[in-house]
This record gives sequence, structure tokens and C-alpha cells, in this order.
Amino acid sequence: MLKSALAGATALASVILTTSVASAVTVGFSQIGSESGWRAAETTVTRQEAETRGIDLKFADAQQKQENQIKALRSFIAQGVDAILLAPVVETGWDSVLEEAKDAEIPVILLDRTVAASDDLYLTAVTSDLVHEGRVAGEWLVENAGDEDCSIVELQGTTGSSPAIARKKGFEEAIAGHDNFKIIRSQTGDFTRTKGKEVMESFLKAENGGADICALYAHNDDMALGAIQAIKEAGLKPGEDILVVSIDAVPDIFQALAAGEANATVELTPNMAGPAFDVLEAYLSDGTAPPKWIQTESKLYTQADDPMKVYEEKKNLGY
Amino acid sequence: MKSRYLPLAATILIFVLAYALCYAQFPSMLSTRVIGNLLTDNAFLGIVAVGMTFVILSGGIDLSVGSVIAFTSVFIAVVLANTGLHPLAVFALALLIATAFGAAMGAVIHYLEMPPFIVTLAGMFLARGMAFVLSIDSIPVTHPFYDTLQSFYWRMPGGGRLTLIGGLLLLVFAVGILIAHRTRFGANIYALGGDATTARLMGVSVGRTTIGIYALSGLLAGLSGIVFSLYTTAGYSLSAVGVELDAIAAVVIGGTLLTGGSGFVAGTFVGILIMGLIQTYIIFDGTLSSWWTKIVVGVLLFVFIFLQKGILWLSARKAAALHHAHGS
Repeated sequence: MLKSALAGATALASVILTTSVASAVTVGFSQIGSESGWRAAETTVTRQEAETRGIDLKFADAQQKQENQIKALRSFIAQGVDAILLAPVVETGWDSVLEEAKDAEIPVILLDRTVAASDDLYLTAVTSDLVHEGRVAGEWLVENAGDEDCSIVELQGTTGSSPAIARKKGFEEAIAGHDNFKIIRSQTGDFTRTKGKEVMESFLKAENGGADICALYAHNDDMALGAIQAIKEAGLKPGEDILVVSIDAVPDIFQALAAGEANATVELTPNMAGPAFDVLEAYLSDGTAPPKWIQTESKLYTQADDPMKVYEEKKNLGY
Repeated sequence: MKSRYLPLAATILIFVLAYALCYAQFPSMLSTRVIGNLLTDNAFLGIVAVGMTFVILSGGIDLSVGSVIAFTSVFIAVVLANTGLHPLAVFALALLIATAFGAAMGAVIHYLEMPPFIVTLAGMFLARGMAFVLSIDSIPVTHPFYDTLQSFYWRMPGGGRLTLIGGLLLLVFAVGILIAHRTRFGANIYALGGDATTARLMGVSVGRTTIGIYALSGLLAGLSGIVFSLYTTAGYSLSAVGVELDAIAAVVIGGTLLTGGSGFVAGTFVGILIMGLIQTYIIFDGTLSSWWTKIVVGVLLFVFIFLQKGILWLSARKAAALHHAHGS
């Protein structure tokens, strides 16, 4: 009795196992961790994308450790997955494990960051262009601030970090050649809300209570949100007296857009997996090799883009 | 005196059972690839755990090893990037520094009669700080010798690789077992962990043994740093954070008494394999949070602490019974 029940269960299990193995594409995803809201959203979106496409996603959180990521990659290879997504925690030290993946003929797609390894070791890298993000923000300001003189204050990201350097560069490129735009103050706000508020307070004090400031450019939304608070406390209207443009498009900035306190944000999309799965499906079906770099869209959102609707869409992604 | 082997037997039993369960769910877990990965991926942790086994057998603790791994890997990367020295010379230099560092901590512990916990905690901060002074960035190692070393591997049937560092792990464990059971130094360590006063009366040179133990732990941490540097072909001062705690966990799961005096180097090897197996299972499953590794390791630690306590209690009762039997 028990024996036959067991045999039945085993048979059932093996049927389920074989059918699922036969139909689904299995993809291993080695994620850095969940250190920021954006990364948590990236994980959520990747899971959603995999589910809608019927991909069996094996998820491994590396808890910010490269050794964990290498272990995860090796285990994925041992398991014989069809492809691997990797968001590398550091640039260096990937050569040997990527070679093992190549030997096992498992394509690796890099998400959101790149590695310092020869590019024949991975299929493609899906990342955003940080300089382009800064340029989009700058172009919006140039088009919308009019022809009068405009003094800009800038809240930079963490000193020396690549997003801070690139987003500054892109913005400066966009306003170059428009002589009425000038960055009068630029200081780091460390990508945080509290630092953004503090630094903005000092900007306001230094610039005649804020009367001389026409626009604020922040390298991320969190600093912009802190700065908006500081502007309000100084008795000015953010979004009108001082234009606010920032980057990332986290849910909270959409509330500020809806309230008219922020003017524009450039999205760093958490959907890196969508384009990755697109090229992967093409590659697995007929071997189409994608370009080595796939740039994600840096979409601009303004007050006219129904910010509350976007907020509703974004708020459950884990930001 | 069979109870000495009980924790080791329990460890092996847990490993075999766990592997069988994994195999039942994922048949590809029993492949040379997975076995090769277990050795390669845990090489740096395993090597440092051998040193930790000796330290814990002697009744001490060494919290500095994770930082020494990070320091060594950064040191190697910085020296290779800035000088023309051959990697082998740099390795020797790194091992020398790590051994001297361990010996110095051993000397402080013995001569100043400081608790090992405090001294090695200071060592942990010191070594990590030194790594940051050398560089805060992750520095790649691009020396061709590294490529040569990485191309040494034996392709096992089934596609798995026994890499150089995986082989080194096996070698270090073999040498560790020899030191523990076939040398005077090993016997002294067990004696010291059993009871320092008795050991002194038996003619064990406590000072020399203590310094030797921490020097050995430092040497193995340095070796582990070299392995880590080969593993990631980079040096990064934020790497190997918390490895000392993983090593201690592996030693305890391997059946060594935290109070010292009883345990086996071979048990630590199985302890390492159990921890690696948990991680592999979680990745194979692909839906569990990786933090489950910590939870399972935590539960296993509790199980072993209870087991050890039970054995101590049993042997104490047995000794008391014997005493009574002789007395009457």
C-alpha cells in the first residue's frame, strides 16, 4: 500500500520534473545583493520578466561578496543552466570563471555593470549610459529654462564614483554652448537625502537666500528630495522659484513631480533583464550574436507624464 | 574512549545524509563538476580553517585571519603592479609577513597573558587597516604567471576541474593531519588545549607552542590570501570579511571542542564540505534566499554545541562511575 503510493509519487514527480526540464529555459542570475532600493527593484523586475517569458530563473544573492558570486557562477555551470546573468560587484577577477562558462558553452550576459575582462568571454553587457543620463537632464533644462541667465547649483554623487563623474560630464556637455547657463556651485551630497538637504541649505545661504539660484541639478533623486525640503524650509517654491532636475526615477520623486515640487527626472531603468532576455532568446533560437553593448533607454519623466500613475507602478518594485 | 570520535562520526553522517538528500532532488549535484567546485571554491576558507583548528584545539581563537587574507591579497596585487618582482618572490614575502604577524600575536598572548580574543581582534583591525592603506580599490593582477598557474588543472571525467588551489587545499589538510597526530608540536597543542597547567607539568614549552600555533595560523592565513588572490586574480581590501567566523563555524561543525583539547583536522575538512554543500544546494534550488546558508550553519552550530555538551556530560558521568567502582 505504502509502497505503491510511494512509487506513484515518484512517477508523478519524475513526470513533473521531465516536463519542466524539457520546456523551460533555465537562467541563473547572480545578483550583487540588495544594498540599494534600485537594486532590489532590479531583482524584482528580473523575476517578473522571467516569469512572463516562462524562464526558470535561479536567483543567487551574493551579499556584496565577489567570492559568493564566483561560487554561484560555478554552481550554475555545474547545474548546466542555459544562460547566466551576472551583475558583477567589482570589475576585476572574472576571467577564469568566465572561461569555464565559455568552455561549458553557457552564454553570460552582464547586467548594469561591466567587467575588466576580454569581451569574447561574455555574450553582451546591458547597461545604462551614465554620461547620456546627465546629457538628457541638461538638455531638458536648456529647453525649458528660457533664454534668460540661469545660475545652476549641482549636487554631486559620491566623490570619485563613476556615476558622479559621468553624470556631471554629460550635464556639462548639454549646457555647453548655451552661455546663459552656468553652474555656480557644485558639491557632493553623497547620493543621500540628508546630505542633499544639508548641502542645499548651504547653497541657499551662500546665494542670497536662494534668490540667485535658477535651477538645481542633482545626480540622484534622493539628494533632490532632500534639497526640495531645504528649499521649502527657506520659504521658496521648489519647481517654480528653483527648477529641480535629477536622475534615477525612484518612486518618491514622482510624488514630488505630482506635487509640482520637482520638474524632471531621468530614469535609470531597473529593467535590465528585459533587453537581456530579448537577445538571449534570439541567441538561443538561431545563434544571433548581439552587439557587445546594449544601452538601456534613459527615459525623461516630467510633470506632464502622469507622475502618480508611474508612482503606483513603481512603488511595489522594492525600491 | 569512543566518545572522542562521536562528533566526527556525527559530522560525516550529516554530510553523507545531506549529500544524499541533495542528490535525490538534483541528480546533477553528484558530478565531478560540483565536487571540483566544492574544493576550488572553498580552498581559501579550508586552508585558513586548518590553522583555526589548531588554534581552537589549543583552547584559543584567531579573529585576524580574514583580515590577513585581505591584506595578503592586496599586498600581492600592489607589489606586482608596482615592481618587477616575480610572483613567487612576492608570495614568499607575503607568507613571511603573515607568519611574523601571527607569531607576534602569539607572543603578546603568551608573554602579556592577554586573552587571544582581544589580541587577535586587535590584529584583525590592524591587518584590515593596513590593507586599506595599501589601496582602497580592487586591483587586478595581470601577471602572465597567474595565467600559467590557472591553466594547471586536471579535467576530471564529467567535465569537473581539480584546480591547483583545490589540490593545494587537499595537500594542506593532509599536512595538517600529519602535524596534529604525528608530531611533537601536534601532541603539545592537544595537551595545551586539555589543560595548560598539566601541559606545563608534562614539560610542554607553553610559550614556544603558543607562538608556534599563532605563527602557523598566520602562515596558513597568508597562504589562503595567496589562494584568494589566484581565485579572484585581484586584490581588494574589502574582501574576505567574516571569513574568520566561517572558519570557526567549520571547525566546530567538524567536531572540534570550542574549549580545546579534542577534535580532528579531518573533521574540519568535512565541516568545510558541509558548508559548501549548503551554498551549492541553495544556488541549485535558485528560489531560496542565500541568507538561508547562515541560518542552516547557525542551526548546525547549535546542534554541535549541544552534542559536545552531551558528550562532556556523559564522559564526566562515566568517569564518576569509574571512580565509584574503584573506591568501593
